[in-house]
Amino acid sequence: MMADSNKPTVLKGGRIVDPARHIDAVGDLIIIDGRVAATEAGGNESYPGTFETIDCRGAVVAPGLVDMRVFVGEPGFEHRETFASASHAAAAGGITTIVTMPDTEPPIDEPALVDFVHRRARDTAIVNVHPMAALTKGLAGEEMAELGLLREAGAVAFTDGRNTVTNARVMRRILTYAQSVDGLIVHHTEDPDLARAGVMNEGETATRLGLGGVPREAEVIVVERDLRLVALTGGRYHAAQISCADSAAAIAAAKGRGLAVTAGVSINHLTLNENDIGAYRTFFKMSPPLRSEDDRMAMVAALAEGTIDVVVSSHDPQDVETKRHPFAEAADGAIGLETLLPAILRLVHSGDIDLSTAIRALSTRPAEILGIEAGTLRTGARADVVVFAPDTPWILDETKMRSRAKNTPFEGARFQGRVLRTMVAGLTRYTYSDT
Amino acid sequence: MSAESSKEAAIYSHRHLLGIERLTPEEIVTLLDLADEAVGVSRQVEKKKAVLRGRTQINLFFEASTRTQSSFEIAGKRLGADVMNMSVASSSVKKGETLIDTAATLNAMHPDLLVVRHHAAGAVALLARKVECSVVNAGDGAHEHPTQALLDALTIRRNIGRIEGLTVAICGDVLHSRVARSNILLLSALNARVRVVAPPTLLPVGIENMVPEVFTSMKEGLKDADVVMMLRLQRERMSGSFIPSVREYFRYYGLDQEKLDYAKPGALVMHPGPMNRGVEIDPAIADGPQSVINEQVEMGVAVRMAVLEALAAHLPNR
Repeated sequence: MMADSNKPTVLKGGRIVDPARHIDAVGDLIIIDGRVAATEAGGNESYPGTFETIDCRGAVVAPGLVDMRVFVGEPGFEHRETFASASHAAAAGGITTIVTMPDTEPPIDEPALVDFVHRRARDTAIVNVHPMAALTKGLAGEEMAELGLLREAGAVAFTDGRNTVTNARVMRRILTYAQSVDGLIVHHTEDPDLARAGVMNEGETATRLGLGGVPREAEVIVVERDLRLVALTGGRYHAAQISCADSAAAIAAAKGRGLAVTAGVSINHLTLNENDIGAYRTFFKMSPPLRSEDDRMAMVAALAEGTIDVVVSSHDPQDVETKRHPFAEAADGAIGLETLLPAILRLVHSGDIDLSTAIRALSTRPAEILGIEAGTLRTGARADVVVFAPDTPWILDETKMRSRAKNTPFEGARFQGRVLRTMVAGLTRYTYSDT
Repeated sequence: MSAESSKEAAIYSHRHLLGIERLTPEEIVTLLDLADEAVGVSRQVEKKKAVLRGRTQINLFFEASTRTQSSFEIAGKRLGADVMNMSVASSSVKKGETLIDTAATLNAMHPDLLVVRHHAAGAVALLARKVECSVVNAGDGAHEHPTQALLDALTIRRNIGRIEGLTVAICGDVLHSRVARSNILLLSALNARVRVVAPPTLLPVGIENMVPEVFTSMKEGLKDADVVMMLRLQRERMSGSFIPSVREYFRYYGLDQEKLDYAKPGALVMHPGPMNRGVEIDPAIADGPQSVINEQVEMGVAVRMAVLEALAAHLPNR
């Protein structure tokens, strides 16, 4: 049954986890006109018959997830993913807001293209969509894009997506200029020259497989350079996805010095490592590459202690044609919208992080960093909500995934924790059913 | 096939030969023993056996290699197979066909044996998962080249009589060499003492976990070696600057008499070919009395016959 935004709704008796208000308690969430009207602790109240009541006992009720690194194939690669298919996958994963990357064809480096994204999303998507626009024209890393006009058109941040701006002078100017438009710079940190011959983490495993390695230094050098440029310019900076211990240490030190920096990590780098590649499994090929188990544990620790602010799916749909190749020649990237929450619950169940930390990194912090309306269930907030059963076991069947692409590294994976309902502005956009 | 060799073939339990890594020492020895017999066959006037009569062997080479391809072709023909060579480097790949498409096409032709060389590590294993016939890895990127390691081992065993306990120095471009990887795995499995010697830029990260002794000096690396195995400098794989110049490389890493003298007297000199004379090896050494390079080529045919024969034992409808 679909909840109607015009009809008051009560999510009754769930465990409400709202890190923005430091709340983790059983209660009722009342939604009226698409907004949170109140949170009643205890969950024993009774409501008038005009209310639609949804039983959430045993489930977690949390602010809908905000995924700030999603590659959508529209425009240019619609066969991989569209706003419609990505948004259905997002809803099934408990994600109510996706932030899209500008790596499309053409890339989103013009105000008119930002407008295109907004219009296509409005007409076809069932979750909120916010575009990030290009840092540089054509994502080429040379000429600054029209940051002001792009911001005015509705870009929430700037990034060159999969590309790294290698020219320090260009990066310095971007960090300086972006302040005039309150622009957040989101950067993929991998030195392409140092990484060029590599397709997986550099080390013994790569040597045994005969594959070129990407050293951790390819990432750390760019992170450290960027942090120095942030110190020089005073810009606002977010490392899109870091993968190794030294990067986390650099971010922690920069935060300690009071710089306006934040960092993200992909769910893949939190839950998988280089050994998962096994016999050249291309669905595990990504950039940055999956690192060692020590690095994975360092990422989890950095998330737990708050050095890492955000966890992203880094949803990167690739079609069969780009993945059906020998490992070295296959495209990077994995889908992740539908597995983001269940995968992070692995860390919750193992006791590495608590649920509140997980929700903060998946919802509250990305909303704060991007300055968008989301990430909390406080009274008056838009009712973007995820309801999930934290303990329900299930096995991923990739044929049932909603994403157009099927390149999931969690093929056949066992999960514990399942999304039951996703609401966007009080409208139910996804409900789990066995059938 | 003799009763003895069919018993030996039964010890080799795999459907494919994708690398040395999954072979037990017993399986390696089985293949070497079979190859010893095949040397005899090759030296006879009547060189044909009927082991693969009626079978189709396709040599699928995504990378040009006259030497290895001919060796597999001769091996297959001496065993009675119908051998067909396919070079795909320039045709279907350019048209956008993926490796898996190629596999499906080939599969429809019902080959019994597929010998594959590909420039990407893991490509042969990927292909093996998509076809129904037996697959032999004839070299995949910088990963493995199992028949080369087997033929090297056979050459050593026939010259010195054993592998166990020998000190083998593998010298040169280890980073890009599938020959080095397969040899490290095979010789270590048979309890040889393996060393690698290379300029620091041509040593892969973590190699010290595969080989206990790693040297950047030929003088130290060759000391008391029973076998000096030179590798080809793979200039075509070098996208960056790994060495300052060929001249400097030869000066420090090229095998000449002075460096060979660090090894044991009479040490075997090997090279997988094709050689860059004057780059990694002095012509006088390549053609000198300690060189067994031509014998390696002969052993190549024998080893490939042995491998095809061992796989034939597992082909269906026998």
